[in-house]
Amino acid sequence: MSDPGAASSGSGLEQAAAAGVGDLSHVDSGQGQNKPRSLWSDAWRELRRKPTFVISLVIIFIVVLMAAFPTLFTSVDPRYGNLDNYLKTPSADAWFGYDVQGYDVYARAIHGARGSLLVGLFSTILTVLIGSVVGIFAGYAKSWVDSVLSRFGDIFAGVPFVLGAIVILTTFNTPTENPSAVRIITQVVFSIAVLSWPVAMRIMRSATLVAKQQDYVKAARGLGASPLRIVFRHLLPNTVAPVMVYATIALGAFIGAEATLAFLGIGLRPPVVSWGVMISESRDYFQAAPHMLLFPAGFVTITVLAFVMLGDAVRDALDPKSR
Amino acid sequence: MGRYVLRRLLQLIPVFLGTTFIIYALVWAIPQDPFAGKCGQRPCPDSYISAMSDKFNFDDPLVLQYLKYMGNLLTGDFGDTFSGISVGEQISTAYPTTVKLAVIALLIEGIIGVTAGVLTGLRKQGFLDNLVLVSTLFLISLPVFVTGFVLRLYLGPQGLDLMDTGVDTADPSIGQLILPGFVLGSLSMAYVARLTRGGIAENRRADYVRTAIAKGQPNSRVVGVHLLRNSLIPVITFLGTDLGSLMGGAIVTEGVFNINGIGGLIFRGIQEKEGVMVTGIVTLLVLVYLLMSLIVDLLYAVLDPRIRYE
Repeated sequence: MSDPGAASSGSGLEQAAAAGVGDLSHVDSGQGQNKPRSLWSDAWRELRRKPTFVISLVIIFIVVLMAAFPTLFTSVDPRYGNLDNYLKTPSADAWFGYDVQGYDVYARAIHGARGSLLVGLFSTILTVLIGSVVGIFAGYAKSWVDSVLSRFGDIFAGVPFVLGAIVILTTFNTPTENPSAVRIITQVVFSIAVLSWPVAMRIMRSATLVAKQQDYVKAARGLGASPLRIVFRHLLPNTVAPVMVYATIALGAFIGAEATLAFLGIGLRPPVVSWGVMISESRDYFQAAPHMLLFPAGFVTITVLAFVMLGDAVRDALDPKSR
Repeated sequence: MGRYVLRRLLQLIPVFLGTTFIIYALVWAIPQDPFAGKCGQRPCPDSYISAMSDKFNFDDPLVLQYLKYMGNLLTGDFGDTFSGISVGEQISTAYPTTVKLAVIALLIEGIIGVTAGVLTGLRKQGFLDNLVLVSTLFLISLPVFVTGFVLRLYLGPQGLDLMDTGVDTADPSIGQLILPGFVLGSLSMAYVARLTRGGIAENRRADYVRTAIAKGQPNSRVVGVHLLRNSLIPVITFLGTDLGSLMGGAIVTEGVFNINGIGGLIFRGIQEKEGVMVTGIVTLLVLVYLLMSLIVDLLYAVLDPRIRYE
């Protein structure tokens, strides 16, 4: 895809993330045989000493805690509106103030973590699953299969992200119905994944192309291993690193993309509570009540920041050139 | 070289057809009734339905509809909307604004990003390096519309009153588009800075740089010619493909700043279910994106003589 935008919103982000990740494809944990430590344990040693890695893990832990147990942080019901509190600014009662419906912005920001995180997580899983399966198959298969699959990926990559998501979501949103929360989230997750999987596929494909030339793969084939065994036992463990780095960064990007889609009025919407929903509600009031926009936007930014930092740190740790 | 261009152009055709067909099918085939809500509360009169079905070829199978539409498009006819407005005319009035916006964004991200990348790549681990690393990380994490809203809020009349941040005219001047262009390009700017920094840092110790210094070349020439030319290749790739996504991403920026460009046009087209408008613009954007990626590939050979296309 061209744009998850966080960029393009997010799409540019992913693409660039992918560009950086490409360098990793030569990572080869087969070298671990001469050394006592494997690539991953080496990376883990490196990571533990990095402040950005620790900071991002702490932030992610807090956000996950928010999503899992919002009542630890607030006892206010995010769906309880009192119109007397219309657009009140932050105070001791409500740290982040109140919005147009008199909802407590702090309580909604805490409860919104779940929606945003779920969208990010499921879109990433789906994107990586589709992308990896198609990518490893394209990289390992005969060259004409590879060409067909690559062109098929190009078809989806050619659609600008925001544009594609708008078309998909408006097509499947029938305005007359009142869809359930599950259906709204599923729609958003699927449209993000459909537009993003080519990026994961390209990373997986190029990693596979490198790995299948390695001697151990030739040896396995010479010993009569079946293609399935070669793919799962020999190729996958050696190609998974760059995709994992991409997945970490993409997870952040997709949380940003959720916010962008909601801002355009086509992403998540009530009754779901998410940061994107809060941002889209603030759109018409942001000059009168900037706190309605700034607090959820701050949550989005910090969460995305944590995932991008984590991805950067893991990439540096896995890249032997940077040591 | 000629053969390579030809092969790439041939490869573009199935991708172009596939992408536009998917969009066409999404817009026209999936919604059950193309006339829903077109005539207010009443159902549409039969004469209207038959006239429109005739105009948009609703009675044909989807593939035939699509082929007829593409045939018209290739002769430069974008078709009319349901209310008879020429889509081609609408696009031609809105397009210059978006192109201007995207080019301004590209220039801003290119100039600021490359400068920041060169300065930090040459001197790693300094204060400037850390500043650029942190600020790019921050820009990457900030959704574009948040950057837009915050800058509008704090630079506009309600905040510091530095400039008029809304753009209301149909034909905005370059000056009015600088702030939106900055917002649109802000994310990519961060990537340009990081890519340049990485390239410079990697090539700084290369043999040819040492040779150039040993020859007694002035520092500006070593950096400006020898080092930059080799380090900027990934940056050029990024900027080239980015022009395509900037045009798509302009939907958000144009919404924040009330600019009348392609983004506003397509957003209205989708909400009013004007399928012809949507497919027309998307086709155009996909074409821009595909051609840009082709041009970028060809630029490789110009920039790096080691790359040869056979």
